Amino acid sequence: MVDLTTRIGAVTLANPVMPASGTFGPELAQVFDLGLLGALVTKSVTPEPRSGNPLPRLCETEAGILNSIGIPGKGLDHFIAHAIPEWRRFRPPLVVSLSAGTNAAFAEAAARLADTPGIAAIEANISCPNLEEDGRAFAMFPESAAAAIAAMRARCALPIWAKLSPNTGDIAAVARAAEEAGADAIVVANTILGLAIDIEKATPKLGAGMGGFSGPAFKPIALRLTWQCAQAVRIPVIGVGGIATAEDAVEFMMAGATAVQVGTASFISPTALVQVIDGLRDFCTRRGFARSADLTGLALPGSGRLAAE
Amino acid sequence: MDLAPFPVAERDAVVIESAPVGRRYHRLRLDAPDLSARGRPGQFFHLLCRDGGGNGPYLRRPMSIWRCGAEEPLGFLFHVKGRGTAALAALRAGDRLSVVGPLGQGFSLHPSWRRILILARGVGLATLAPLTDAAARLGIAVDAVLSARDPADLMADEFAGASGALVTPVFDADGSSDPAAVEALLRARFEAARPDAVFTCGSNRLFLLLQRLSAEYAIPGQVALEQQMGCGLGMCFCCVRPIRAPDGGTVNLRVCAEGPVFDLQAALGW
Repeated sequence: MVDLTTRIGAVTLANPVMPASGTFGPELAQVFDLGLLGALVTKSVTPEPRSGNPLPRLCETEAGILNSIGIPGKGLDHFIAHAIPEWRRFRPPLVVSLSAGTNAAFAEAAARLADTPGIAAIEANISCPNLEEDGRAFAMFPESAAAAIAAMRARCALPIWAKLSPNTGDIAAVARAAEEAGADAIVVANTILGLAIDIEKATPKLGAGMGGFSGPAFKPIALRLTWQCAQAVRIPVIGVGGIATAEDAVEFMMAGATAVQVGTASFISPTALVQVIDGLRDFCTRRGFARSADLTGLALPGSGRLAAE
Repeated sequence: MDLAPFPVAERDAVVIESAPVGRRYHRLRLDAPDLSARGRPGQFFHLLCRDGGGNGPYLRRPMSIWRCGAEEPLGFLFHVKGRGTAALAALRAGDRLSVVGPLGQGFSLHPSWRRILILARGVGLATLAPLTDAAARLGIAVDAVLSARDPADLMADEFAGASGALVTPVFDADGSSDPAAVEALLRARFEAARPDAVFTCGSNRLFLLLQRLSAEYAIPGQVALEQQMGCGLGMCFCCVRPIRAPDGGTVNLRVCAEGPVFDLQAALGW
């Protein structure tokens, strides 16, 4: 019997597999028992209602997708009144993804969520545009990432997971800045900016122009970012980007991830999350790991590879 | 993987039949009796469009149900148009196809209705076809106006099956499908034998015509909309369309989750 129990700071998960924000919703309960998941991660909630971006919002590539959905939603008040009670029907810890345009808005929303029962952690989507920095994402720079996390930390006792962006030159520095500002974990990484053009119309394929790229083709990049961050910080790293199978999840854990998120794969296979959990258990059984947590960091430099054997 | 107690299945189904229909269309029938029994007219399945060699587009494609029910294989009828449908058309009997479904909100039929009118264009008739059997089972007469380029493109048998629906074809080739001619035809129908409800799919022009006429005659209606989809389940918010809200404004609703069937008067042209 393999122990899949996973600890992300003060939050204990039954297993290290959870959905990636934006690719998950209570709708998936039509397909499998959401109680099987390590955690639930909501779509990003924003302080005010948003209608989202113009269509098309998504286009496919050979091995992934570009999206620019624009975080449509009914805003924080509606979320607290209606979405939180719906999520509390399910057993796993609830992680609320939060997006905002300014440090003050992040802090105010985090304080509201801290006063709301039933939330295990906040995933701070600091990959969204910073309205006070010409729309450049908070997570592009160590200073702006740290300022957003510190503003939330000051108003919120809940665990804060900082979701980092791959659209930065030095992710290790951003990760360290988030840790020093009080983040309890980092999530690595959000989608990477990309573009596709409709050559018949001579316009971008997405209504908003650029979009975030995700899916299997992004996996080597996300894995590298996870590996770099795991060596830069002491807080847990949650790996995300192109994970579709248990083997992918094991790679991220060996690169230093304590837990993983599965996103785009759920569009291709709505049961992907369950398949990853089952496959992770099978891998540990086959290779003689009593605890899946023992996989974390095995492939990092100087880790004493496969000491468990 | 199939987790039995859940309403939506992800499953590999074996292809029983794969055959061209006319010049541009194709039909598939799958061995999935429980899914076929669970499917309702107007619902769809999300298909992983990979040919026998595993080649095809990355994302699934939504495909409305053409045939469903406890007594027949799950069927799809489609226009072979892009990479996804080309991969589906390359499947052969015995191949496996990954399906997710049934998904979405289908058509509704009220048992008290005596007669409905269906207006379809091209392969839009595939989405409306299962309504003919469902109506027949409720003793509701179906009066259908099918619009096509020419008789070779009509697929009247694929539409009506053994349901006994009365089919009136109109064609581009002889001008009988012109909007003015179809409007005159519908007005005559509405006045001779007023339907209890109207249904459409497949043509923006015919949708707008039917919306206008059914409002004038105060006949309720339903339309099945199409939209590019990501997840097919309602998680990604890529397939939204503006729909009229009760307060007079519009609201973006997901074609996959709140649709694909919407109230005829609430839907907007595309």
